[in-house]
Amino acid sequence: MRTLVVLAWRNIWRNKRRTWITAASIFFAVLLSTLMVSIQKGAWDRMEESVVNYYFGYVQIHGRGYWEDRSIDRAFAETDSLRRLVEEIPGVETTVPRLESFALAAHGERTLGVMAVGIDPEREHAMTRLRERLVQGSYFEDDEEAVLVAEGMAERLDIQAGDTLVLLSQGYHGVNAAGKYVVKGLIHFGSPELNRLMVYLPLPVAQYFYGADGLITSIALKVTEKDDVPQILATLQQRLDTTRYEVMDWHQMMPELVEARAVDTAGNYLMLLILYLIVSFGIFGTILMMTAERTYEFGVLVAIGMRRLQLSVEVWLEVLFIALLGTLLGFLASFPLVYYFHRHPIDLSGSPEMAETYAQFGFEPVFPAAFEPMVFLGQAIVVFIITSVLALYPFWKIGRLQPVTAMRH
Amino acid sequence: MNVLDITGVTKVYNPDTVPVHALRGVDLEVSAGEFTAIVGPSGSGKTTLLNLIGGLDRPTAGQIRINGIDLATLSANKLIDFRRDHIGFVFQSYNLIPVLTARENAEFVMLLQKRPRAEREARVTQLLREVGLEDRMDYRPTQLSGGQQQRVAVVRALAPRPRFILADEPTANLDSVSTANLLDIMARLNREEGVTFLFSTHDQRVIDRARRVVRLEDGQIVSDEVFDR
Ligand SMILES: Nc1ncnc2c1ncn2[C@@H]1O[C@H](COP(=O)(O)OP(=O)(O)OP(=O)(O)O)[C@@H](O)[C@H]1O
Ligand SMILES: [Mg+2]
Repeated sequence: MRTLVVLAWRNIWRNKRRTWITAASIFFAVLLSTLMVSIQKGAWDRMEESVVNYYFGYVQIHGRGYWEDRSIDRAFAETDSLRRLVEEIPGVETTVPRLESFALAAHGERTLGVMAVGIDPEREHAMTRLRERLVQGSYFEDDEEAVLVAEGMAERLDIQAGDTLVLLSQGYHGVNAAGKYVVKGLIHFGSPELNRLMVYLPLPVAQYFYGADGLITSIALKVTEKDDVPQILATLQQRLDTTRYEVMDWHQMMPELVEARAVDTAGNYLMLLILYLIVSFGIFGTILMMTAERTYEFGVLVAIGMRRLQLSVEVWLEVLFIALLGTLLGFLASFPLVYYFHRHPIDLSGSPEMAETYAQFGFEPVFPAAFEPMVFLGQAIVVFIITSVLALYPFWKIGRLQPVTAMRH
Repeated sequence: MNVLDITGVTKVYNPDTVPVHALRGVDLEVSAGEFTAIVGPSGSGKTTLLNLIGGLDRPTAGQIRINGIDLATLSANKLIDFRRDHIGFVFQSYNLIPVLTARENAEFVMLLQKRPRAEREARVTQLLREVGLEDRMDYRPTQLSGGQQQRVAVVRALAPRPRFILADEPTANLDSVSTANLLDIMARLNREEGVTFLFSTHDQRVIDRARRVVRLEDGQIVSDEVFDR
């Protein structure tokens, strides 16, 4: 085997120019695709994270049927035993109770449909870092007759901290809900959609507003490890009374998001497929030339007693070395680039048009590249598979090689 | 015992399209230690015969036995190993692997046989010295003259101590000095190592050095003479 490695290594330098050209094509393919995959993955991870961490959480518990109709009538009480049952599950860090419904918000002449959510200020902060996202004013206390308003919405309503906001809605079992609240602060949301929609009230204040004393519509779970989600979900299904409650993970709550990512990723893979197809043709050309111009030599080698399999492996190693060279150089170049875009996200918010487009999909036009070994490893595996498949040609060719015929060349 | 027994060998190329009768019923016996030339005009079947003896091709009819082993009984892979272990080959030209040095080329067959490093080095160093290449051991083939390359090829063939060495026109591309030099070396190794040489040629100077001359014409042996030299 050592001999084969030495032979292969020296053989690829017989035609330096061809080796470098082939390696360069692999280099560009690897560079381009690691960059593409990292940026695409990074953008989606960031988006999912912002939607999940800023509000939804990886798992939520609702009254049965709530996610379907979002009716406040499906509210339930957060009893101590319920809370304990959920928080005892390994991997669940905290639970966050909420009472959510839609309302009409008015300030001066302007009105806007909003989501008015009652929260426990401390528990909410523990999960979504709400207090840190204040851009104006201050955070509220448990029983203050005050609201926190999302930045985008404040802009639309032309409202500031210290102003008064009027909320109108239909409460629990159809009671009329109306209230006037001081705007205590403005909050920033990563997701432009949430940034336009959210108004927070202290939970007791919201319960009074909606006429839903002691009730909540959902419990969001803060999970330590994203990977634990399926396990936690299964445990909840088992322990909760599923005739009264429903348990959902973020995939189920946001199928559009999951689907959009899948479509985008598929498009990306299609491009990579085309890219690698082109590169494969280049590598194959090199293999064709390599085997054709050395037919006589192969004939001699088989004649003096080299097994065809050994010879095939030697040629495969040559292809592999060239590919390895291209891949390593590709990594060398893409590592710093990907890392740069990881630390310095591509920011399109400067361009209002782009920003608007992305806002429609619910996310900020800021794309940090994912910097993950899996992305690089994936590329290495792809290149390895391609070269190995292409090396089947010399295997086939050498397998049928007759020394006498080969040496008549 | 004979190292080589050939009985009734015929070879027909392209039997289905334009049949070429390259060999028509060849019988030949070669015993250990011979230094034998196969001669004949171009197209007489010299290369064909050597290829069949070396197991590089199969005869259309007849039997070839080396040390009593019928080559026809060996599978394709067994045949490759058999060549590696029992037969040395020297071809007309381009014998050597361009990316290996003279020493590495000379060791190559022993390496395929997985002989220990020390044994390989000792053997090859000694042989390369004998053929006058001690100061060229680390040269690549392109840095060697044609005659030097052929000498390396002879060393490669000889190093693993095969039953015999088949050389198809080993001097065809050499000038007269290199030819004489190579033949001196082959004759000496034949004497000292006792290895059987079987080579083809149409060069009279080479024929004059052989101790036995088998003449082929039109695929048949027309004369077989032994000389005392
Ligand atoms: N692979 C082949 N296919 C068809 N015909 C062949 C093949 N090899 C050799 N022949 C023919 O067989 C005959 C014998 O050829 P061979 O090469 O054995 O002769 P030779 O004595 O070695 O000639 P030379 O001195 O020119 O090398 C020739 O007529 C040649 O054309
Ligand atoms: Mg010939």
